[in-house]
Amino acid sequence: MTAVLAPVPPPPVRERRRPGAPARTADHLAGWGFAAPAVVLIGLFGLVPVVWSFVLSFQHTDLTSPGTFAGGENYAKLVADPLFWEAARRTLLYAVLFVPLTMALALPIAVLLNQKVRGITLYRMAVFVPLVTSTVATGIIFGWLANPQFGLVNALLSEVGLPKQGFFQDPGQALYAVVAMTVWGWLGFAVIIFLAALQNVPKDLIEASALDGCGRVQSFWHVELPQVAPASGFLLVWLTINGLQLFDAVYVTTKGGPLRATTLLVYHLYNEAFVSFDGGYAAAIGCVVFLVILVFTVVQLRFNRRTSHFEVR
Amino acid sequence: MTTLRFRRPSALHLVLLPLSLVMVAPLVWMVLVSFSTQAESRRFPPGLPSGLEWGNYAAALRDAPLGSWLVNSSVVSVVCVVGNLVLCSLAGYAFARVRFLGSRVAFVAILATLMVPFQIVMLPLLIMVRSVGLTDTLGALIAPNLATAFGVFLMRQFFMTVPRELEEAARIDGAGRLRILAQVLLPLMRPTLATLAVLTFLQTWNDFLWPLIAIQSPESMTVQIGLQSFQGAHTTNWPKLMAGTVLSQLPVLIVFFVAQRFFVRSVASVGIK
Repeated sequence: MTAVLAPVPPPPVRERRRPGAPARTADHLAGWGFAAPAVVLIGLFGLVPVVWSFVLSFQHTDLTSPGTFAGGENYAKLVADPLFWEAARRTLLYAVLFVPLTMALALPIAVLLNQKVRGITLYRMAVFVPLVTSTVATGIIFGWLANPQFGLVNALLSEVGLPKQGFFQDPGQALYAVVAMTVWGWLGFAVIIFLAALQNVPKDLIEASALDGCGRVQSFWHVELPQVAPASGFLLVWLTINGLQLFDAVYVTTKGGPLRATTLLVYHLYNEAFVSFDGGYAAAIGCVVFLVILVFTVVQLRFNRRTSHFEVR
Repeated sequence: MTTLRFRRPSALHLVLLPLSLVMVAPLVWMVLVSFSTQAESRRFPPGLPSGLEWGNYAAALRDAPLGSWLVNSSVVSVVCVVGNLVLCSLAGYAFARVRFLGSRVAFVAILATLMVPFQIVMLPLLIMVRSVGLTDTLGALIAPNLATAFGVFLMRQFFMTVPRELEEAARIDGAGRLRILAQVLLPLMRPTLATLAVLTFLQTWNDFLWPLIAIQSPESMTVQIGLQSFQGAHTTNWPKLMAGTVLSQLPVLIVFFVAQRFFVRSVASVGIK
């Protein structure tokens, strides 16, 4: 996942200038001279494709030769495509497992990593390091750990007397194996966000609660936890947005299989575009996913005005 | 009171230690398997390697163009880092400090791209790259990442916090904007630039979906895509595959350990992975 989103883009700030000094031609030229390279690149590769994708979704195209107008056929196909709905349901199931699991694990870990203990930097690094591990590497490593014949996980299972499992190679388990792998990869991210929120709780608030006779546990539940709520809101939406777009973790482990058990929406899109060469239909799927994500993004922007800044010390 | 108090190790270690071990275990096993013999990697239950099989690394480098994949990834990452540092600084400065026609529209448009998922961008991007003949070249990987909306946003936020008085003195002395940027502001920008550099590097190095569809020939692959194709061909030789995996992650891990401070701070200030 490589998309970036600022938790809250601040409202554009009106340029403060000494009153009475009108904008000069030199300023226009300098401003554009400085900004143009980035603006042109980002516009060309970030904005133009959005409109273009929308246009593609109304075409029949294999993405190599010029497309032909298709009207709403791609969207009609989408509505009637059982594989699309199957993938949508599966994506939803994935997100419903991935998001709460990541958050539920991250909060207690963040609380632990917020303590003043010797070696805390090392502990933190251990929790954050999966975050920089590439998905390909993660996929290869988990493929070995969860190997049905000689993987470490099966060794642990047989220690407690359980039979060997297929994990990524078992249609009934593959999706859960993907959930476990992506939780490992994203946990550090969620911990960082929670940690930042916890560190932003004003110290005097905690001291005041202590003076009022709050124990440490009590002050955690009644003082710190409510302060973490905005961060939870941000995480909930942000993890959902990313969960709905999951592709690479599936590609590097199961390629959507076995028996389509891990064919999520964006993987279906990829198949349509680069295996079936139905670029128009793929674009239509993309537009629908985008629309859903847009709704989540707008919700996030509405709810999270307060969490525009996290800082970790 | 003069009682001598021992500082007993906190009981929290009892939770933190196992937790840390679970989190790093997959990476530790990656390294362990990369030093195992073939037979050791297929034992059940798995155990520690009896020695260090450096031959796995030699085999990985021999059987796949890992060297040139690493070079490709380095070229793409370094060019994108430099591009972002320069272009985003310039644009961020303009948006924070210069009043020019259409600046607000342009800035809001840039912010809007932050909400666009990549899979909606990639199909037209592929058509664009093909039409200018960049298919299968590193240029196809560099161009779309040369300047990022996130970078512009980050740099603009930074410039908003710098007091104007700093520049005005230089302005009175007759220095131009570019000169002020280079001589007055650059020293202050270092931590922010470091943050941007670290994030851009990690992101381009680990990027997967775009190189996957933009690159076909092995000689233009980045190490991620190369490793992925290598995996398809060598799942029977785990030690060799793991050695390749270790090599592919080494630069990222080094950057992480060296620049951990910047990394954590930037992840916190902008949602990114």
